[in-house]
Amino acid sequence: MGATLIEKIIRRNVHDDNVKAGDIVFVKPDRVMIHDIFIPFVADKFHEMGFKKVWDQDKVVIIYDHMVPASQVDDTRHFRRGDEFAKEQGIVHIHRADGICHQLMPELRYATPGDVVFGTDSHTVTYGGVSAFSTGIGYTEMAGILGTGELWIKVPETIRVNVNGRLPDGVTSKDVILTIIGDLTAAGATYKSMEFAGDTFDAMSVSERLTMANMTIEAGAKCGLFYADEKTAEFSGVPCDEEHGCFKDTNDGDYVKVMNYKAEDFVPVAACPSQVDKIRPISELKDIKIDQVFIGSCTNGRLEDLRAAAEILKGRHVAPYVKLIVTPASRSIYNAAVRDGIMKIFNDAGAIIMNPGCGLCCGRAGGILTDGETVVATNNRNFLGRMGTNKVNIYLASPVTAAHSAVAGYVRSV
Amino acid sequence: MASFTGKVFILGDDIDTDIIIPTEYLALKTIEDMRPYGFYPLRPELPSLIKPGDIIVAGNNFGCGSSREQAPEVIKALGVSCVIAKSFARIFYRNSINNGLLLIENSDIQDKIKEGDELTVNPGQDLVLNGESYKIGSLPENLMDILKEGGLVNAMKKRNGVI
Repeated sequence: MGATLIEKIIRRNVHDDNVKAGDIVFVKPDRVMIHDIFIPFVADKFHEMGFKKVWDQDKVVIIYDHMVPASQVDDTRHFRRGDEFAKEQGIVHIHRADGICHQLMPELRYATPGDVVFGTDSHTVTYGGVSAFSTGIGYTEMAGILGTGELWIKVPETIRVNVNGRLPDGVTSKDVILTIIGDLTAAGATYKSMEFAGDTFDAMSVSERLTMANMTIEAGAKCGLFYADEKTAEFSGVPCDEEHGCFKDTNDGDYVKVMNYKAEDFVPVAACPSQVDKIRPISELKDIKIDQVFIGSCTNGRLEDLRAAAEILKGRHVAPYVKLIVTPASRSIYNAAVRDGIMKIFNDAGAIIMNPGCGLCCGRAGGILTDGETVVATNNRNFLGRMGTNKVNIYLASPVTAAHSAVAGYVRSV
Repeated sequence: MASFTGKVFILGDDIDTDIIIPTEYLALKTIEDMRPYGFYPLRPELPSLIKPGDIIVAGNNFGCGSSREQAPEVIKALGVSCVIAKSFARIFYRNSINNGLLLIENSDIQDKIKEGDELTVNPGQDLVLNGESYKIGSLPENLMDILKEGGLVNAMKKRNGVI
């Protein structure tokens, strides 16, 4: 019986080989993640529901990232409530300043191939990059999972995306996913799983895959999945076999849509203000003067992203009127970037280096902008008001485009 | 679930969670405090016009955007009995069921209905507009159970014997 990747993962979780798209099943999460913004609500609902103990404290991860360090008066209340709840429940997996939840979950192997993971943030889809089924839910549902250890799920239909060939120089996985979202539109994958296959993805690193999975929610997807290979297995510390959730691509699923691309056709692109599916080649964006550049986020704040930007910035300086903000996605990435001399390059180039965390991406601190200003940013959303007022122009692009733009003072990819 | 009739308010495609309740009002203490700002960026007059039992009819991708549960909570607080749309964004869909707000997917009535029309909803069976019947699907049993309890919190309270 053929199967899509999401069907394989859910069948493994529910121990039923007949499960198929459209079925409603109760899955038992291998891990759940709660971030600082919603931890007070989860804790309150959990108690209101009449629960006393979480079903398995080892499977619960609490991460402070959106509000670290506190930038508004009441923010620390979230940390206090989170700390209280963790103590009360004996939850030891709590990270108070180690980086962004969606980087830490795969990096610290909380999410590994074949896992079912739920998180209170919409970008929980990221762990599809390591072949886990992961998706965002509200705080009430999270409270319910904490008490019961299960959640109902409608097994999604699958859109298959095949990309083969070698990407041109200067074109990144960010350009690939932005182009695909542009073709699908912002609602084009609603309720659906996206499944990526082809030798272009085989050649990608785990980091590059995480970048793509992270953005599948911007097309409305329930999840965006990559098949696990030796690279994934090594990253996640598991043997590369089906028993450990590393499924092979059999390409025999029932797909609602198949999209085919040649890698050689991709070019550097940006999502233009203020829609994530308004995709234009950078070469068409002439004379757009910028005020700021942001390199970071759960989309593109990983070591490879910082390295790619640093290679461009080495021996150069950002344009005099541009603020370049660099935010590593995690503490270990920060350490590695210091070790490899990447942070020195940023510093010498005039960058502002921030603490690991969500930083500017969620528009709460660290570089918010005002009316009429323009930013090139490597994160995932350019909604109105995301990084300051609702008259800020946000161009979403790759770290390569971001670095070139910072030097030029204009939107550039070379 | 019993049948009901309500007056219809019409909205378009891609009604996002920032339209339903803008971020700046999320810091207000209660849903009752947020209620007057429902749909503020698009139709600020709606909270004063909607009466208990009224129905919202919309296009594609209703509820897209963030995972904020205040979106369905505000719609429910306005007294809306159900939202009928061509499609819903998935996190909003789940949050609505969990907060006891009935959602119905239907693409047949949008071209035939206008604001102020009276619409009868027979949950799990059909919509009746001007004597004309339009079939609708029924929700899976597990979701109907949550809705009947008035949301997930109540369903869990009942499970845990605290009500």
